[in-house]
Amino acid sequence: MKQLEMFMRQHPWSWSFLAAFLTWAVTAAYISGTGGLALASTALSFSTFFVMVGIGQMFVITLGPGNVDLSIPSTITLSAVVSMMVMDGTNAMILPGILAAVGVGVLVGLFNYGLIRVLTIPPIIATMSSSFLVQSSAIALGRGVKIKPPAALEWISTAKMLGVPVLSLLVIAFAIVMAVLLNRTVYGRSVTAFGQNTRAARLAGVPIERIRYLTYTLSAVLAAVCGVFLAGFSGGSSLNMGEEYLLASIAVVVIGGSSIAGGNSNVPGIFGSALFLFLLVAMLNTFGAAAGLRLILTGLIIVGVVTFAGGRKESR
Amino acid sequence: MSGLGFFASARFWRGALPALSLTFVLLGVFWLQPRAMSYFGLNLLFNLAVPIALATIAQMFVIAVNDLDLSIGSFVSLVACIGATWLNETPLLGIAALLGCIAVYAAIGALIYIRQLPSIVVTLGMSFVWSGCAVLLLPTPGGSAPDWIRSLVTLKPPYVPMPLVAAVVLALVVHFALMRTSWGVLMRGVGGNEKAITRAGWSVLKLKMTMYALTAVFGILAGLTLVGLATSADANIALRYTLLSIAGVILGGGEFVGGRISPVGAVLGAMTLTLTASFLSFLRISPDWQIGAQGAVLIIVLALRAIVNRLEARK
Repeated sequence: MKQLEMFMRQHPWSWSFLAAFLTWAVTAAYISGTGGLALASTALSFSTFFVMVGIGQMFVITLGPGNVDLSIPSTITLSAVVSMMVMDGTNAMILPGILAAVGVGVLVGLFNYGLIRVLTIPPIIATMSSSFLVQSSAIALGRGVKIKPPAALEWISTAKMLGVPVLSLLVIAFAIVMAVLLNRTVYGRSVTAFGQNTRAARLAGVPIERIRYLTYTLSAVLAAVCGVFLAGFSGGSSLNMGEEYLLASIAVVVIGGSSIAGGNSNVPGIFGSALFLFLLVAMLNTFGAAAGLRLILTGLIIVGVVTFAGGRKESR
Repeated sequence: MSGLGFFASARFWRGALPALSLTFVLLGVFWLQPRAMSYFGLNLLFNLAVPIALATIAQMFVIAVNDLDLSIGSFVSLVACIGATWLNETPLLGIAALLGCIAVYAAIGALIYIRQLPSIVVTLGMSFVWSGCAVLLLPTPGGSAPDWIRSLVTLKPPYVPMPLVAAVVLALVVHFALMRTSWGVLMRGVGGNEKAITRAGWSVLKLKMTMYALTAVFGILAGLTLVGLATSADANIALRYTLLSIAGVILGGGEFVGGRISPVGAVLGAMTLTLTASFLSFLRISPDWQIGAQGAVLIIVLALRAIVNRLEARK
């Protein structure tokens, strides 16, 4: 027991897995039978999208105070609309469609960075202003357009192998790569150094501006790719599909034990907290909570977790 | 600095930018539609700017202490729902609920300060709580605004339309309270230098709680004005106010850190954003581009400010 406590203290991400497991166990016990396994499988499916955008947001937040990407929801929507239009429901156009979405991500990232750099404004304002433009483009392009995703894209977004969603396997592999990127590469260490002390990082020869540019682009590209698969998963794009990802992308980073002040992040926690966020809503659904009550409890639990996590940081 | 020198200074131009951008958009509207240049036209143009201006002022109080409120939109929606239901049917319960909201806001301020929490995450969480309450209270759009609010927001004073009177009064009252009283200096000091305020013997906790409570008060005013204008409410009625209010504060010359804010600018900023939306419809451009145009105005004004700052640095 002592060892477990030590482990959890040293690895802040373990809390999110514990929370996810407890929520799952309570819900599974309530529905009984094989429902628990089905629930775990569904949770894996849905949480992959949270993980994709969460990793991008995590890199941005690691850059330090004031660095948050508010343009993620609108980028998801725009890239979903654009990629569905390019693919036009045909399997042959899937690759061009994904490339178009990545192109959208690169442009949004470049625009965000350009605003931060040229106008010398806080990133939060820059990404908010650009999200206005991106959202508007998505609305103008996508209004009244309902294109079904190509069959192959739909398959890869929804297929399951022995109950395990294929997409989640891909995202787990991707998350491992991202964890290596964060902890073992010059880029990742530079991002962390940037967040801990920008001045010191600059004096140590970290190419500050290039790191910042790459990070905002990474976040936007991940949001764009998430948009493509989300459209594949939910049978096409819709104009409010990105909405819930503003809270989700920030919440998974914070609940996952990364420091909101930057400079100290981890990838596994994003997985744990993405599962937790989904299972939480699933649990409230199973208990038959009304829509309003579900919203209230979700909000209160997020505030509660942040309060608790903030306290841990203080005691260290 | 005196005489003409002041008018060439960067400080003058920074301060004048919000007013200039509003004038610019307003002239554009008048040019496209000269009939807007009347009592009735102005009333119509700026009617919906009043609740947005109130929400922007609410947001400004939080920004003044270096925080950000991502829940103001859902809070204003909840207030509108309370206004259209409880406040109309059982006024005492309605008033109690609104007072409760103010207490909750003050408590959030205290929580954020004591635990040193990121305001973005806490208020994002709270936005779910407010939305949830609004959905419970009013699951489907409806309700009706109390008559006294309706007659208050549709007042027709002589010569000057009500929305303009409201905007001027709002800007002047908040400007006086925050920029011209010692109490206001303390409040802005929390954003400027928290340590200095603490060492001078003031309780930052109490100051932060007051600022958050004031945010709630102005959020309530925004919600009640909105429900008076719309006559009924729904749980999503003001969700876009969250981003609009931040944009309004920034457009008005407020900054994210250091307690640098401008109440007059914030009101002008909110009016500019509202007007930009109607400017598009006068141009017969699809309303799909409304948010985009608001974003563009924000970026242009920020770019102009960056130019002014750069010129100042060169001197």
